[in-house]
Amino acid sequence: MARTSTAIPSRIPTPAKIRVTLTVNGARRQIEVAPWTTLLDALRDHLALTGTKKGCDHGQCGACTVLVDGRRINSCLTLAVMRDGAQITTIEGLANNGALHPLQQAFVDHDAFQCGYCTPGQICSAAGLIAEGKAKGADEIRESMSGNICRCGAYPNIVAAIQQAMTRHD
Amino acid sequence: MINFQYARANDVGDAVRQIAADPAAKFIAGGTNLIDLMKQDVERPTRLIDVSRLPLTTVEETAAGGVRIGALVPNSDLAWHPLIEQRYPLLSSAILAGASAQLRNMASTGGNLLQRTRCGYFYDTATPCNKRDPDSGCPAIDGLNRMHAILGTSASCIATHPSDMCVALAAIEASVHVTGPAGERSIAFADFHRLPGDTPQIDSNLQRDEIITAIELPPRGFAANYSYLKIRDRLSYAFALVSVAAALELEGDRIKHARLALGGVAHKPWRDQTAEDVLRGKTANQQAFMSAADLVLRDAKGFAHNSFKIDLARRAIVRALTQAANATPQSQSDKKIR
Repeated sequence: MARTSTAIPSRIPTPAKIRVTLTVNGARRQIEVAPWTTLLDALRDHLALTGTKKGCDHGQCGACTVLVDGRRINSCLTLAVMRDGAQITTIEGLANNGALHPLQQAFVDHDAFQCGYCTPGQICSAAGLIAEGKAKGADEIRESMSGNICRCGAYPNIVAAIQQAMTRHD
Repeated sequence: MINFQYARANDVGDAVRQIAADPAAKFIAGGTNLIDLMKQDVERPTRLIDVSRLPLTTVEETAAGGVRIGALVPNSDLAWHPLIEQRYPLLSSAILAGASAQLRNMASTGGNLLQRTRCGYFYDTATPCNKRDPDSGCPAIDGLNRMHAILGTSASCIATHPSDMCVALAAIEASVHVTGPAGERSIAFADFHRLPGDTPQIDSNLQRDEIITAIELPPRGFAANYSYLKIRDRLSYAFALVSVAAALELEGDRIKHARLALGGVAHKPWRDQTAEDVLRGKTANQQAFMSAADLVLRDAKGFAHNSFKIDLARRAIVRALTQAANATPQSQSDKKIR
């Protein structure tokens, strides 16, 4: 028989909320979250940083990409409690005193989006890609960005934008 | 996702004590597969034991001349580690063929071994599935089975193991170091994963109160002649229809040692030593590669939507062995097949 009930087993007591300290975009933040709160939900619902988007919520689309201790990850597939003490950078933390990050400027210059929903994840992912220093040419950028889906199909302009930002970065 | 308790393990012994004390608990490390399955209500642990901070993050040479990889080394770090890139490029290549950059940054070495099948029926709690709910039935056998297995299947389950990394580890003949209540033991890679038989709910021979601490690679790395060829519906970020890890040691054009393992075709990484034996001593040419491929597929059985995999696997084996012999391994960055 297929399982039909999703009731919570009654013997599990409701777990207490857990205090988590994160450094988000340079600022130390303390939140109290349930064990099952993902980093994505903590950023959006507890810290009001809604730039990071929830797309599929299953690690397939990349809209939730943020940098954790400098590395790009899917924030929907990690628990906030597991990231206690981590440094998080979201799209809100990339600009420097009002000046756009080179990737943000490049996305504007190359019209690298249409609806914009995937864009924060694309830009955070591209920042991770540049920090990794592995992908160089257009083919390698496409491969390394395959975890970020753009349903408007702005891919050629996204690749061009990343190439521009890489040139400025070097 | 059901509510659950959260605890951290202080060391490996503590992790084993905690898991042994709670039959409804699970370890979490990278979380990329487990959290997804929990959101889908497929996995329902009532306690997560966070092992991600345990000091199992080193890659180091062993006295035996091999390399020992800590179970918590992220997949991306492993793929780009100089020792792996130089001595075991087949492993680097297979890792980079899998998932996305973000997922590889999160996923751990040990967790990669323990990821579960991506069979759509396993994920869909509205349908029966012998792997999820033992003895409930297998809708894949007469259903949508294009992605499913052609080797080692049973009347209970035709799911595939999704890992690319594990296909390379099977070919390299790695071993898996684990710790349980009774102490440490080592499992040969070929014995780690299982075929489904009539208990497809059990993916591996790791006991539920054991934890993977390391993967050990033997000295022979096949760094000169190897290829990981992955055939899939998209060029990137898609599970394999068929993948082949091919590794050769050549003396001139004569094959001294051969390794051959397949992904996307069975419930475990499918290494065929009969085919490897047939290649040993032969001249590395298409005729030898075709006879090896025929051997690997000798007992293959297709289903309504995946019979194409038999011929695809045959051709992929020949292609991967040819790439290995020519020292022109499949590139994982531009994907052009040479």
